[in-house]
Amino acid sequence: VSLGLALWAVLCLSHDWDLLGSVAFCLALNYKQMELYHSLPFFCYLLGKCFKKGLKGKGLVLLAKLAGTVLLSFAACWLPFGTDVEQIMQVLRRLFPIDRGLFEACMFSSPTHCPDKVANIWCSLSVLIKIKNVISPRTQLKLSFAVTFLSLLPACIKLTVQPSLRGFKFALVSCALSFFLFSFQVHEKSVLLVSVPVCLVINEIPFMATWFLLVSTFSLLPLLLKDGLLLPYIVTTPAFLAVCLATFSILEKTSAEDLQLKAFSLSLKGYVSWFKSFPRIVRSLFLLSLSLMGALSVLSAAVPPPQHLPDLFPVAVAVVSCLHFLLFLVYFNVVILWDSKNRGQKKIS
Amino acid sequence: QGARAMAAGGRGWFRALALGVSFLKCLLIPAYYSTDFEVHRNWLAITHSLPLSQWYYEETSEWTLDYPPFFAWFEYALSHIAKYFDPQMLVVENLNYASPATIVFQRLSVIFTDTLFIYAVHECCRCINGKRAAKDILEKPTFILAVLLLWNFGLLIVDHIHFQYNGFLFGLMLLSVARLCQKRYLEGGLLFAVLLHFKHIYMYVAPAYGIYLLRSYCFTANNADGSLKWRSFSFLHVTLLGLIVCLVSALSLGPFLVLGQLPQVISRLFPFKRGLCHAYWAPNFWALYNAMDKALTILGLKCNFLDGKKIPKASMTGGLVQEFQHTVLPSVTPLATLICTFIAILPSVFCLWFKPQGPRGFLQCLVLCALSSFMFGWHVHEKAILLAILPLSLLSIQRAKDAGIYLILATTGHYSLFPLLFTPPELPIKILLMLLFTVYSFSSLKSLFRREKPLLNWLETIYLIQLVPLEIFCEIVFPLTTWKEHFPFVPLLLTSVYCALGITYTWLKLYVSVLTERIPVRQKAE
Repeated sequence: VSLGLALWAVLCLSHDWDLLGSVAFCLALNYKQMELYHSLPFFCYLLGKCFKKGLKGKGLVLLAKLAGTVLLSFAACWLPFGTDVEQIMQVLRRLFPIDRGLFEACMFSSPTHCPDKVANIWCSLSVLIKIKNVISPRTQLKLSFAVTFLSLLPACIKLTVQPSLRGFKFALVSCALSFFLFSFQVHEKSVLLVSVPVCLVINEIPFMATWFLLVSTFSLLPLLLKDGLLLPYIVTTPAFLAVCLATFSILEKTSAEDLQLKAFSLSLKGYVSWFKSFPRIVRSLFLLSLSLMGALSVLSAAVPPPQHLPDLFPVAVAVVSCLHFLLFLVYFNVVILWDSKNRGQKKIS
Repeated sequence: QGARAMAAGGRGWFRALALGVSFLKCLLIPAYYSTDFEVHRNWLAITHSLPLSQWYYEETSEWTLDYPPFFAWFEYALSHIAKYFDPQMLVVENLNYASPATIVFQRLSVIFTDTLFIYAVHECCRCINGKRAAKDILEKPTFILAVLLLWNFGLLIVDHIHFQYNGFLFGLMLLSVARLCQKRYLEGGLLFAVLLHFKHIYMYVAPAYGIYLLRSYCFTANNADGSLKWRSFSFLHVTLLGLIVCLVSALSLGPFLVLGQLPQVISRLFPFKRGLCHAYWAPNFWALYNAMDKALTILGLKCNFLDGKKIPKASMTGGLVQEFQHTVLPSVTPLATLICTFIAILPSVFCLWFKPQGPRGFLQCLVLCALSSFMFGWHVHEKAILLAILPLSLLSIQRAKDAGIYLILATTGHYSLFPLLFTPPELPIKILLMLLFTVYSFSSLKSLFRREKPLLNWLETIYLIQLVPLEIFCEIVFPLTTWKEHFPFVPLLLTSVYCALGITYTWLKLYVSVLTERIPVRQKAE
């Protein structure tokens, strides 16, 4: 429901129905607080729109209208709990259990699920160093907040300064991905919050979107194995790949221009000389990553793990997915930041 | 560049269709399977563990081997792969053994043998030319034919849920039809002979093959007005055909002839001890006959024409397959059904002999033979309707009249297969797949023949639409009423009779259209 409402919000914004979009997004947010992953791009995009219209005239009016709408929607949803502050505080404490550490057992997940294996940066780092033992929970929290916001900042600033629908969609992806990678108490299923905006931009960058969607399904493999969903996974993943290959012919669209990296490559031309074979390199990297994921899937499903490393395969899946996600984060941020001015201005309402 | 795109699209779409339907079949692996699953596991065990002389005598399980020897050899070949999946399934005493490995192996074997069916569809698409070549891929007659055959709803649920091996058998049949259309008569004859020794139910359409091969291959020329030129009889062709048939039969029945087991094999293949109708009446003429009998009985009881004590209590659809006597109308014997079938087939065979129209006439006769045998056969299973639906697909893309008949037959026939899947999880699957296929067949055939008058008249449309309330009643309303305990057979009865009406109507309409067809002055090469 929350994803649907968020999509409605994006749809309304693309038709310039800002107020309706804000209402839809507030409803989405009040349905499931996970939508906070998407909240910053919405905020920055609308703010940027107000700034564009000029802060002394239409912009201020729009800002006031938006603020009013948001406050009203929140008030409508929170009315039954608005009796006293303690009630509200309890709700907030339940929604954001910050008393526990970065990746302790989350109360929303099933009792047997151990979130140590999320494709999160902290879980992957914990393979090397035990963060729990090095810093206290409060510092963990502050560290994760800091890193998350630092990684979000460039995209958000760019969106506020140059609001465009295309930039907005890409910002949705990159902000959600930053939150997924760096925030606390992340469940594997939250990767869906990143996949849905990626589906929105699939027509612009079919190759990278397909790759990302395959990796996100792969990162869910331990959960799927536990739920007995191995057969649907084995059938739907190749089916999806086949559909994308046929519809978008993704293996031909791997040049710098197709990956929206033209501007970036122009500014890098002086430094790197292997850009001529860029499409081929990208294609081979894709095939390599596919084979790695396929091999790990087969191993996870068929081979029992060694005795002294019972969690070998889930951890391997998590680490591999995390590396992929980091690369995707860099890629999406590059696309947003090097989005040229002309392109941006065409899409502004 | 446009032509290149067309060519690239042209080769790719068939592969995409085949791959897509194979993925769907893989997803259906965990679905419900019927007792046919145990039947085939038992045959794997029999052929693997026992020597040849015991195959047709083995009786540990109630599902004895009742298919011809080629199918037994096929199971034998499969059993050698089965032992790598789970050797326990090859033990004859392991009745109803269904480990996950067994299920995966059996389902995958059906999916793999379907490649023969896919190849046969490819060959059919090559040799059947539609009405016109359309620019858009989705409107090409070959594309529509490929979808109607590859994604056929009946074949999907019978093979991949209910569990049978019809895919590759229909592949053999369609391949033999394609070869006959391509004028490679000997290959067509060979393929059909092999098919007969895989599953003898295809005997229903043997007259069509026999007469067509005799007429078009053994008599090599026609007179100017289309009638037979008796002088052109070719002894060489006849001997070649006879040689092929004898060779195939020798290969199949030879070992059993040597062992002196031929009578036992024949008795296994043709068990006439079973009743006129299956537990669920196949929607043929005898279903209407039974319904009429029941109605007259009830009427007779109400009007006191009949004595209530003399009527047996057991219901015909009670679930047991037994011999049954009719109460009001005369009882039907196997001989009577044989005579009825023979009389029903005769006009179409005469038509094929006296007014040959090449492969299209042969296909018409084939469909009519299959339908007539379905209408009047003894102990017909409702799955046999597929024998008529699949060849009719080949005709449906060529003429508007055939398309209309195909729509009625396919929709009614597929609906009559619903009682095969009675478990709750399969309800959404069968309804969705049926809707998918029906909507596609209607829209594609309508758009293919949009320049002619509408495919179905108002009566037929109303009949087909009434299937929806019938389904809602049978699946949703009836289980919630109190009649469930007293009359548990009512949904089956209703489905059977309603579909029988549709199928009888289709049979008559097809017959009328074949008999009243006027031969064009210039015979176009099909």
